[in-house]
Amino acid sequence: MEVCNCIEPQWPADELLMKYQYISDFFIAIAYFSIPLELIYFVKKSAVFPYRWVLVQFGAFIVLCGATHLINLWTFTTHSRTVALVMTTAKGLTAAVSCATALMLVHIIPDLLSVKTRELFLKNKAAELDREMGLIRTQEETGRHVRMLTHEIRSTLDRHTILKTTLVELGRTLALEECALWMPTRTGLELQLSYTLRQQHPVEYTVPIQLPVINQVFGTSRAVKISPNSPVARLRPVTGKYMLGEVVAVRVPLLHLSNFQINNWPELSTKRYALMVLMLPSDSARQWHVHELELVEVVADQVAVALSHAAILEESMRARDLLMEQNVALDLARREAETAIRARNDFLAVMNHEMRTPMHAIIALSSLLQETELTPEQRLMVETILKSSNLLATLMNDVLDLSRLEDGSLQLELGTFNLHTLFREILSLIKPIAVVKKLPITLNLAPDLPEFVVGDEKRLMQIILNIVGNAVKFSKQGSISVAALVTKSDTRAADFFVVPTGSHFYLRVKVKDSGAGINPQDIPKLFTKFAQTQSLATRSSGGSGLGLAISKRFVNLMEGNIWIESDGLGKGCTAIFDVKLGISEGSNESKQSGIPKVPAIPRHANFSGLKVLVMDENGVSRMVTKGLLVHLGCEVTTVSSNEECLRVVSQEHKVVFMDVCMPGVENYQIAIRIHEKFTKQRHQRPLLVALTGNTDKSTKEKCMSFGLDGVLLKPVSLDNMRDVLSDLLERRVLYEGM
Amino acid sequence: MDLVQMQKSLQDYTKSLFLEGILDSQFLQLQQLQDESNPDFVSQVVTLFFQDSDRILNDLSLSLGQQVVDFKKVDPHVHQLKGSSSSIGAQRVKNACVVFRNFCEQQNVEACHRCLQQVKQEYYLVRNRLETLFKLEQQIVASGGMIPAVELGF
Repeated sequence: MEVCNCIEPQWPADELLMKYQYISDFFIAIAYFSIPLELIYFVKKSAVFPYRWVLVQFGAFIVLCGATHLINLWTFTTHSRTVALVMTTAKGLTAAVSCATALMLVHIIPDLLSVKTRELFLKNKAAELDREMGLIRTQEETGRHVRMLTHEIRSTLDRHTILKTTLVELGRTLALEECALWMPTRTGLELQLSYTLRQQHPVEYTVPIQLPVINQVFGTSRAVKISPNSPVARLRPVTGKYMLGEVVAVRVPLLHLSNFQINNWPELSTKRYALMVLMLPSDSARQWHVHELELVEVVADQVAVALSHAAILEESMRARDLLMEQNVALDLARREAETAIRARNDFLAVMNHEMRTPMHAIIALSSLLQETELTPEQRLMVETILKSSNLLATLMNDVLDLSRLEDGSLQLELGTFNLHTLFREILSLIKPIAVVKKLPITLNLAPDLPEFVVGDEKRLMQIILNIVGNAVKFSKQGSISVAALVTKSDTRAADFFVVPTGSHFYLRVKVKDSGAGINPQDIPKLFTKFAQTQSLATRSSGGSGLGLAISKRFVNLMEGNIWIESDGLGKGCTAIFDVKLGISEGSNESKQSGIPKVPAIPRHANFSGLKVLVMDENGVSRMVTKGLLVHLGCEVTTVSSNEECLRVVSQEHKVVFMDVCMPGVENYQIAIRIHEKFTKQRHQRPLLVALTGNTDKSTKEKCMSFGLDGVLLKPVSLDNMRDVLSDLLERRVLYEGM
Repeated sequence: MDLVQMQKSLQDYTKSLFLEGILDSQFLQLQQLQDESNPDFVSQVVTLFFQDSDRILNDLSLSLGQQVVDFKKVDPHVHQLKGSSSSIGAQRVKNACVVFRNFCEQQNVEACHRCLQQVKQEYYLVRNRLETLFKLEQQIVASGGMIPAVELGF
């Protein structure tokens, strides 16, 4: 008997069921084998998979399972013990691996699950970020639009362009159907449709400003959604569309220049707003988004600013045009005035001469006539003629003087004269008239009054004569006193302080009369031309009324002041004036001209201390020139070469004498170098005089061309030198010393 | 000699100098410059003139004595001398210098030599006369008198 070491299956082979199990096992095995292959393939493909070890385990597990099922195939029929052994091993291994895997899975499945959660979470986050980015993008776009809009708006300063551009750009950016701007009318009670985007608006389409919807919009600075049916939004005829697009309105403040204070921002209590209305396209189901509203608000603000800029510019342009016109007009007026003045001056100059000649003839001949045999009647007539012509002559002189004084073209002729003598002369002139009127005149000269003074003798006499003459004229009785003194203290006038300086002093003359007096109110008028107090008594005394005006001007020229004090009508008045006079050195200045002894030089005083520089290479002539100048009182420095001259010359030296006899032009270079040295201080440059032996024209021209101020012929005589020096110093140029 | 006589002879002597043309009005100018503050002006100037001229004449002699005469050196000297002499009023010296200069320009050596002699002659003459003049003045001053001012009678 054969002992079969085979193992019998437990159950007998049921053919059909067995077959199905067989097939299923087969497929299971295949599947189980292929899964790890797939896993390996895909894991190899993916770069990131943290659980390789698990996969390996899993792979092993599956393989073994597969193996188990595969081996199972053989167990359906009788099979040898080896197969059973293999089967057992496989099963055992499978068991081990699966347990290990199961254990492993316990660890890793939570991780895997959390990965999933994380993935979900991240997906949500990504979605959120996407949304936000969409928002930001829209905002950025809005911002860009705003910037572009602003740029467009602000790139022009023309009001209309600004507004039109605003509407156009807004319409484009927001894809609006219609956009309109309502401006307040002049009266401020209505809003007028001024600009629209799409249509030509009918003229004079206005709405009253007090509508509730308008108030609502004006009450806030934000863009407000309004009903499409409100009057401001109903711009085009409704053409049976379904649904009108949403409408938004925003106020645009119209700022004025005065709104911009320096310290505070413009308060929007300006009350003047324009209204901007924006309509979305109908039937589009679009809604106003927040960012669009913000855009609209920003634009409205920008428009306000741009408009105010335009307004400012308009105003300033207008002001500038006005100023230019005024300028032109002023220029014209000035030219006319100048022409008038010139014409007047010419006229005066001509008339001066033309009038005086016949005047002189009349006066002269009348005087001559007076000397002849005349009947009393004739004499009276001639005297009247003479008096009138004298008066006329005085008047002409006065007018002429006054016009010259006003021009400022009058200059004082200063000279030395005897003050005491002057007063006595005046007194003697006036005495006859005073005696006739029985008015005693007294003269009182202060003891410290200088005798010899420097000033304009003729004009001073004119002033005093005028005042004393007035005193005599306007006094019917009483007496007249003339006092002259030196004043040191402040005078009456507040803005005039008398300070005697060195060789000057202020002479004060007081003329007191006991005549009609003057009303204090009239005092200011006294000094104006041609104005006279209108009392009948004074009318008859004649006079042109110019006297005081002229005197005042002369006094002013003499840096003085003149005024009149009066206690009232009938109480007489005192005329006082101060003038500045110079004190003269000695009494023998002007009147003496003694025979000059050979060493005595009348004009010695002029040159004392005058610093001069003498440059001469020749020792002898240097010494002689120096001697000459020292004799004239100058302080002489001598140098013997060009370089030394340049070194030594300074602004203290008033004149430089240079010998230019040497042949060649080197001598003249020194002149140029001295000019250069003093380019900065032109006025301190010493005068340059050439000493030369040649007197021909070419030398003279050469000297002039090199900038020399004068030429002297050697050898110089004393008189010559003296004359030359004085001329030079006076006129600063001399080309006659030849 | 009596003071007045001395003064008279001084005057005559001075006049003669002018008449002979040795001195001209420039010398008078110099005299005018002399006063209390500057009592020795004239003699100082004249002394300086003598010193200068001696030097110049020496240099001239040397320059002209060369084999090859350098007129560029000679001319300035003559110019100097002319200037000095005209400042002093030594008329004849000055005139001689003028002639000298002309020949210098022509570079005529012979003529220059002759001129130099002429100039020297005139120079010594004027020097002599001026020295005599000063001596006379000193005598007067020593005797306590005043030097009379020259009258411009011509």
